[in-house]
Amino acid sequence: MEILKTYKLYIGGQFPRTESGRTYPVLAADGSHVANACLASRKDVRNAVQAARKAQAAWAGRSAFNRSQIAYRMAEMLEDRKTLFVNELQSMGASLSAAQSEVQQAIDRCVYYAGWADKYQALISSVNPVSSPHFNFSTPEAMGVVGVVACQQTALLGLISQILPVIIGGNTVVVLANTNQPLCAITFAEVLATSDVPGGVVNILTGEVGEMLPTLAGHMDVNALSLAPLPSALSIAAQEAAVDNLKRCKLYTTDLSATTAQGLHYISDFQEIKTTWHPIEQIAGGAGGY
Amino acid sequence: MLASISPLELSALLANTPPIDQIGTLERIARIQARSIKGAAKLQGLRMALSMIDLTTLEGKDTPAKVRQLCYKAQHLHDQAADLPIVAAVCVYPTMVGVAKQALGNSGIKVASVSTAFPSGQAPFEVKKLDTLYALDNGADEIDMVISRGRFLAGDYQFVYDEIAAIKALCGAARLKVIFETGELDSLDQVRKISDLAIAAGADFIKTSTGKIQPAATFPVVLTMLGAIKDHYDKTGQMIGMKPAGGISSSKLALQHLLLVKEVLGEAWLSNEWYRFGASSLANDLLMQYQKQLTGKYQSAAYFSID
Repeated sequence: MEILKTYKLYIGGQFPRTESGRTYPVLAADGSHVANACLASRKDVRNAVQAARKAQAAWAGRSAFNRSQIAYRMAEMLEDRKTLFVNELQSMGASLSAAQSEVQQAIDRCVYYAGWADKYQALISSVNPVSSPHFNFSTPEAMGVVGVVACQQTALLGLISQILPVIIGGNTVVVLANTNQPLCAITFAEVLATSDVPGGVVNILTGEVGEMLPTLAGHMDVNALSLAPLPSALSIAAQEAAVDNLKRCKLYTTDLSATTAQGLHYISDFQEIKTTWHPIEQIAGGAGGY
Repeated sequence: MLASISPLELSALLANTPPIDQIGTLERIARIQARSIKGAAKLQGLRMALSMIDLTTLEGKDTPAKVRQLCYKAQHLHDQAADLPIVAAVCVYPTMVGVAKQALGNSGIKVASVSTAFPSGQAPFEVKKLDTLYALDNGADEIDMVISRGRFLAGDYQFVYDEIAAIKALCGAARLKVIFETGELDSLDQVRKISDLAIAAGADFIKTSTGKIQPAATFPVVLTMLGAIKDHYDKTGQMIGMKPAGGISSSKLALQHLLLVKEVLGEAWLSNEWYRFGASSLANDLLMQYQKQLTGKYQSAAYFSID
């Protein structure tokens, strides 16, 4: 089409325009104007956090198996739109083979975390020996609402590498997409909207990270931050703003689009460990424990 | 039941009830809703709204402990914030009035009791009378009665008028709020009609809804009721209070309601003597917005007491 598309935000399962009404041009690698994106404001951040909070309990309450199925469905829908993603990556300057490889890896990563959904619990929980008559065990729980600042170097794979392990563990996310390459993020939102991911589980905002991050990091209803490599001033300001409600801050220093940027620890980074002390009764006066 | 208005007077009263211009009402509301209140004015508005709340619990599962907890919340909205106002009243069922009265002591917070077979109002008058007297005997400062919507819709205005007048006669010094349950009245004309009827029958406050039925306190309904209060004031110089209840759960809505009452009725109504919000979840949203204004950070419900 001759008229350039204006990509919208993704909040609570809807695609609203930014509350501020602002947009910015998205430029291709050769400097040509390929689309417009919403320049989200702090009010949009607030709305996104609200949507994420609303969705969190129900999402964490679903069975791990169900979350797995949904992630797998996400991979299928991603595959259906493969050409679209490849075209978008190419317009941002990637070669055809690099674009195809990135999309393929993104699909694989969805399948990878779909597989983990009902298995990580067994690996990071434990039964602990204690010197009192208690059955003592530790199990992981979702942290809650996680603010994600996506990788600012890649358009798709970095984004998926950060979102998938967080939501697979029962968290909901508010994502600040790559400012200069936001198209894949919103196209990925279209995948989410059509793959049974409940509205509000993933919320995606486009715009200036520097403008939105202080609000997100200071928001008392955000429980943790997942930060891709950022300019140090931004990252320090975010960590300072995160102090008031003791947000967990995870600063990734490695390339999140690398082949190796997947694994159990990306899930456990956003799990709280709950330890339970369960008194062991003395059955029929016997000395045996459980 | 004593008949306190002759059929002739009643028909004269109803003949003077003006029809409501629905389109005009909606346009006026749209203008109010387009306005945005910020900064110091917002802080002042939030504090004002907090002081106007009738903190409410009207559940079948209410227990004395739950009511005591609510009364504590009424006096300690958010202790982390300095010099917050207290709410206007606590609103409970008649059986809980004694508990609330004791828990609130001399805090200055009033106890409002719903009455007359709340929320349906489907009980014989003798029962409604006992219901009201029980609340009053236990020390209720305010009575929130429901009208007989069935009778009103059937056109038995005499019955509705007499019932309100009779309950008013029982109330003595206690102020009477009359609940219309506008969600069941279908049209704004009906809302205006019952407003005029209730005011004439002696209501001190008119109140939109029980909170049990949606839609509840919508802007068109509230504007219509404010119009009735204004016309009555212009004619007689007597002030009538307004209480929107049900569905007002966000600060934004509450501030817009305050704008509306200021625009229609003026500054004189901007106190909890003449304006109340019937709400349970509104208080926390107001507190969260208040903290946001003070700290610059969006707040989490996790740090505010539930009730």
